[in-house]
Amino acid sequence: MSNKLIEVKNLKKYFNTPMGNLHAVDDVSVSIDRGKTLGVVGESGCGKSTLGKTIIRLHEPTEGEVLFKGENIFDYSKKDMKKLRSSIQIIFQDPYSSLNPRMTVSRLIAEPLISNKIYKSKREMEDRIKSLMETVGLSGRLYNAYPHELDGGRRQRIGIARALAMNPDFIICDEPVSALDVSIQAQILNLLMDLQEELELTYLFITHDLSVVKHISDEILVMYLGQSVEKAPYKELFDNPIHPYTKALLGSIPKPILGERGKIRNTIKGEIFTPINPASGCRFAKRCDYAKEKCYVEDPVFIEVSENHFVACHI
Amino acid sequence: MREKLLEIRDLKVIYKTDEETVEAVNNIDLDLYKGESLGIVGETGAGKTTTALSIIRLLPYRVAKILSGEIIFNEQNLLELSEKDMRKIRGNNISMIFQDPMSSLNPVLTVEDQIAEVLRLHMDYGKEMIKKRVKEVLQLVGIPHDRMFEYPHQFSGGMKQRVGIAIALACDPDLLIADEPTTALDVTIQAQVLNMIDELQSRLKTSMILITHDLGVVAQTCDNVAIMYAGEIVESGTAKDIFEGERHHPYTEGLFGSIPNLDIDEKRLNPIQGVMPEPSMLPSGCRFHPRCPHCMDICIAESPQSKSFDGHHIKCHLFL
Ligand SMILES: Nc1ncnc2c1ncn2[C@@H]1O[C@H](COP(=O)(O)OP(=O)(O)OP(=O)(O)O)[C@@H](O)[C@H]1O
Ligand SMILES: Nc1ncnc2c1ncn2[C@@H]1O[C@H](COP(=O)(O)OP(=O)(O)OP(=O)(O)O)[C@@H](O)[C@H]1O
Ligand SMILES: [Mg+2]
Ligand SMILES: [Mg+2]
Repeated sequence: MSNKLIEVKNLKKYFNTPMGNLHAVDDVSVSIDRGKTLGVVGESGCGKSTLGKTIIRLHEPTEGEVLFKGENIFDYSKKDMKKLRSSIQIIFQDPYSSLNPRMTVSRLIAEPLISNKIYKSKREMEDRIKSLMETVGLSGRLYNAYPHELDGGRRQRIGIARALAMNPDFIICDEPVSALDVSIQAQILNLLMDLQEELELTYLFITHDLSVVKHISDEILVMYLGQSVEKAPYKELFDNPIHPYTKALLGSIPKPILGERGKIRNTIKGEIFTPINPASGCRFAKRCDYAKEKCYVEDPVFIEVSENHFVACHI
Repeated sequence: MREKLLEIRDLKVIYKTDEETVEAVNNIDLDLYKGESLGIVGETGAGKTTTALSIIRLLPYRVAKILSGEIIFNEQNLLELSEKDMRKIRGNNISMIFQDPMSSLNPVLTVEDQIAEVLRLHMDYGKEMIKKRVKEVLQLVGIPHDRMFEYPHQFSGGMKQRVGIAIALACDPDLLIADEPTTALDVTIQAQVLNMIDELQSRLKTSMILITHDLGVVAQTCDNVAIMYAGEIVESGTAKDIFEGERHHPYTEGLFGSIPNLDIDEKRLNPIQGVMPEPSMLPSGCRFHPRCPHCMDICIAESPQSKSFDGHHIKCHLFL
């Protein structure tokens, strides 16, 4: 039996814009095994959030399938979807605007429990909220506090407690630590890894931070302008990147040491390809140092070059 | 000769709400010279944004109070200026990249109109020149110009942040305050933005205050660094002092220790133990003592003075 919890097949999401059709997610296929983490990285605007939101139908897909435990969730009725929403949760990028400022911490965590009518007695509900707060490291004193009184790290913990409330199997984390400083970031990442082990959670972990993704992921998917360009186990990707975009990405991480100062940063040069009505050919070609004629005309195919290492590149 | 552009003396800012008083910034001093950049680093809630908003005078006026201090910019105390004079300085002389990109974008204007509006207000440009410049700055932050007719909600998180950056850089400020300008950006776009800032600095001698939690970015861009903890500057000095100096505040050491290391393959990370104190109930003595691995009796009793080692300031009993 396959251990795949979720399988995304040829997923597309296009948006209408004044200038034409915007290909935000363009034919992405991935799967994640139960209890594992797939990290998704890529340039800002390449479609990471859209991928996450389309997988749980916060956006309706343009094309493709998402199989959750073997069933295509795009065939689900509204009622089925509602049930599914408890097994799949999302933690949003921004701990500032994703929480209702008029609700207390306990009310925010209780919300999914109330709307799914999980507990009949108030007592049981309170116990559950308290134990969730303990799990994510929020002191019980904050039971009646409001989000604006808390810093970013504590707010993000509320988001995690909310996501855990319904005992999900699968959590989509959209940049859950990007807005946090390194110390709090480390605390939250450790928490997410502990919870994964304890509860056998499966994560789709979106981030632009390569050091974060390396720590938390089993496999890493690199996206560029709506498409998958490379996917490999985390160690393989860092040790042996193949796609020129992945290489550029790994090469531009600023290190916390002096000596890099004053040097011109290596940026990817060349014209940016627009995701609106994209022409055929590799979307990175115009910025790629190795581009050949073929790259401008023919779409590269996403192929397996060594075990579990996939790349879409003509070179 | 270094020429001073900005001088903050003894700044103290509180937030007063119905239930509590938050001591957000506590008697800090900062200096910034022309053409140089200062990095401000510290945990969430340390008071970095509050410091920045005090300079540009955009604190939420109902709850925030400046209790003491002066902020001298080009020989004027900004805290004494009228709102009318301050408005002239904002945008013309001082511009700010805000931490929350949506707060600086107008949801009902297209991206083109937002940038054009700022140029029209602050630069002496004709219509054609404005059009050209809008395309140019968008290109610089990596947004293709066929997207300029869209509205902010159609942009991704990082794209909104980049529009904010384009706006702040478009009108050639003397002082740029960048509050976590690249948190939502991947490293390649970040490199592009940092190059843009470098270019601005070498062309116009623009000074910059860069607030960030990314020590890698600080290492690459800042001449001087201030480390903030619970509303105080616990360590400050040149980039060399902070990155290569022998002595450090234990909090600074903790910060460096929490950075995920790409070169070694380990999964657990090492955060500083404990959490930032509740800002309305700050601990006695040194504010870092409950989390400090070197805590001594005196640290609980007394707040340390700052000690200078050739301009490298450390506020810790270990060095007194
Ligand atoms: N509601 C929308 N309407 C129109 N276009 C959209 C919408 N949401 C996203 N897009 C576009 O889809 C593309 C992908 O956006 P998405 O938010 O998925 O990027 P991302 O990879 O998450 O980027 P970031 O790292 O900056 O958050 C972008 O070009 C964006 O402008
Ligand atoms: N409008 C407000 N009302 C009450 N307290 C506030 C307000 N704004 C900020 N604070 C508090 O003041 C303290 C300093 O906040 P500030 O935003 O300056 O921190 P910061 O260092 O910028 O943190 P971050 O890294 O999270 O942006 C925090 O404890 C915060 O909770
Ligand atoms: Mg996103
Ligand atoms: Mg801030």
